[in-house]
Amino acid sequence: MNSKLNGRSDKRTDPLAAMLIVLIGGFLLLLFGIAVSISVGAVKISLDTVWQALVHFDPGQNQHLVVKDLRLPRALAGAVTGASFSVAGAVMQGMTRNPLADSGLLGLNAGAGLVLALCLALAPGLPYSQVLALSFAGAALGAGLVYGISSMARGGMTPLRLTVAGAAVSSLLLALSEGVALLFRIGQDLAFWYAGGLAGTQWMQVRWALPCAVAGLAAAVWYAKPLTLMSMGDEVATGLGQKTGRVRAVCTLAVLVLAGTAVSLAGPVAFIGLIIPHVARILVGTDYRFVIPCSAMIGSLLMVYADIAGRMVRPPYETPIGALIAIIGVPVFLIMARTEKKVF
Amino acid sequence: MNRAKRAAIVMAVIGVLILIALIFSLNSGQVRLSPSDVWQTLIGRGTAGEALILFDFRLPRIVISLLVGAGFAVSGCILQGTTRNALAEPGILGINAGAGLAVILYISFYPVQTVAPVYLLPAIALIGAGLTAAAIYLLAYQKQGDVSPSRLLIVGIAVAAGISAAMLVLTIRLDPAQYQFVSIWLAGSIWGSNWKFVTALLPWIVILIPAAFMKARVLNMFALGDLQATGLGTRVRKERIGLLAMAVGLAGACVAVGGGIAFVGLIGPHLARRLVGPQHQHALPASALIGALLLIVADTIARIALKSGEIPTGVVVAVIGAPYFLFLLARAKN
Repeated sequence: MNSKLNGRSDKRTDPLAAMLIVLIGGFLLLLFGIAVSISVGAVKISLDTVWQALVHFDPGQNQHLVVKDLRLPRALAGAVTGASFSVAGAVMQGMTRNPLADSGLLGLNAGAGLVLALCLALAPGLPYSQVLALSFAGAALGAGLVYGISSMARGGMTPLRLTVAGAAVSSLLLALSEGVALLFRIGQDLAFWYAGGLAGTQWMQVRWALPCAVAGLAAAVWYAKPLTLMSMGDEVATGLGQKTGRVRAVCTLAVLVLAGTAVSLAGPVAFIGLIIPHVARILVGTDYRFVIPCSAMIGSLLMVYADIAGRMVRPPYETPIGALIAIIGVPVFLIMARTEKKVF
Repeated sequence: MNRAKRAAIVMAVIGVLILIALIFSLNSGQVRLSPSDVWQTLIGRGTAGEALILFDFRLPRIVISLLVGAGFAVSGCILQGTTRNALAEPGILGINAGAGLAVILYISFYPVQTVAPVYLLPAIALIGAGLTAAAIYLLAYQKQGDVSPSRLLIVGIAVAAGISAAMLVLTIRLDPAQYQFVSIWLAGSIWGSNWKFVTALLPWIVILIPAAFMKARVLNMFALGDLQATGLGTRVRKERIGLLAMAVGLAGACVAVGGGIAFVGLIGPHLARRLVGPQHQHALPASALIGALLLIVADTIARIALKSGEIPTGVVVAVIGAPYFLFLLARAKN
């Protein structure tokens, strides 16, 4: 898939060492990013106060309340969604051997989006736990359609076919969401959410989403070794004694939970899941035991910093994260589509 | 039966179907008019109220659906012919999105109700569509092998995703009234139920569709492959750019008035080829007719399904079109 790039990096560096550097360096950058994310916004809060609010919380102080109730859940949600989107993308790329796999491009986000539009329209007061479960179901609906259709094609599932089916399914599901939005006059609310953003994230959401994301990430890490074998082709994996059916089932479930969680928190942000795993592979090679943790870390970083950038581009307005990431994502996608000669 | 005769029969049948749909469409809507009422009004014997509904609201909307449907379908037929890709379509290729972005940019700076912009909208959409198409073409271009069809598709999808993100940012900043207008338009509503829009759209259709028909032979050459076509004396690159420009022109004008209606440009030509064969002399006019029929039916369904008329035609078309597209994809060979 990426033999040229990976071949080079495999020879030069030890992937384990590279991963440790990425994880440790990334963790420090992430802590710094979260701190900055908490301190910037409509009310500037000094890093000192942020620290005070975290270690000596005083409910009498307004700034402490802002930190605890608004900024902290938002920063954590950024880290969680970034990791979830990226790992979902990495697992999908490994499982389908499609370098262009991404929850946004393959219909998962649009499926979750449709279900959430229906929730907003028909049952506005639904508890978040149920919204989350429904968004998993929505992601499954989108993924099922795309995979089902592209695997029915004569000559099997090619990356091109998968991507085209993804575009068609996404536009169908989006059209349905638009219909729902216009019918119930919830258009602009939905547009805010569709544009992707973490404004207004509440603790209650993080409390539900975090365990789901952690479960999905754990499953991905747990199954990273068989996934690596599967990324070499089904014959190789079966030949080496892998039960590909079970691996595929667990991995699919992990992808649905990860994408569903991320979409329900941040909206259908595309391209993170596409780009981050490629960056991770450039750094640590093709072994998914290294690719998945690195993808999670780099994805978190991207999302947390993009969220900060979105608030700083044009204050007091927030620029949607989805748009910011698309600005980075589209050119990267195009470069990949140009360089992946084997695929097209 | 020879092809020409078969094509003539098929087109006559579609023509009759369009006529039936037309009558049905004239009768349905918020105020129901019986066929005899419609007839009386058409020959000038109806009440003032009926005349108003028919001539000022229903008829322009119907005419626009017909024109937009034909325009999108012919645009799709040209795109499929020149790229030799059965899945090419202005919506999937991102041309609609480019036109849409230009229109949104314009609307967010100028109010839409004034007269002058109505005529400007197709031109603006055209600029957006043209720039997007040029960008996609250049990005997909390679020195050896010119433009590979699948690369064009992939690049189009990526560019469309990027433009959609930009549009979302712009629509969020609009005030609620403008937003409602833009969102309905984006979803593909025949919102221009007004003769002004007909006159704004008509020149593009009247010039570009016959121009495309005249290029039918060239399109047939493309089907043989670039090498063969060159061997037979076709200036492939020049003709391809000319034809792509026509397709973009049609799609741009249609998006400006009809909004982002996807899939018509895909389904129209497919059904046409299935019914009349791959020769473009027959496939192009048949596409135009099928596109017109499809859109008038979708628009009528949209009006009947919800009396308030808030389900945009584009949503109906997508609900019908996407499954068909996916069906084609599932059956497609490499």
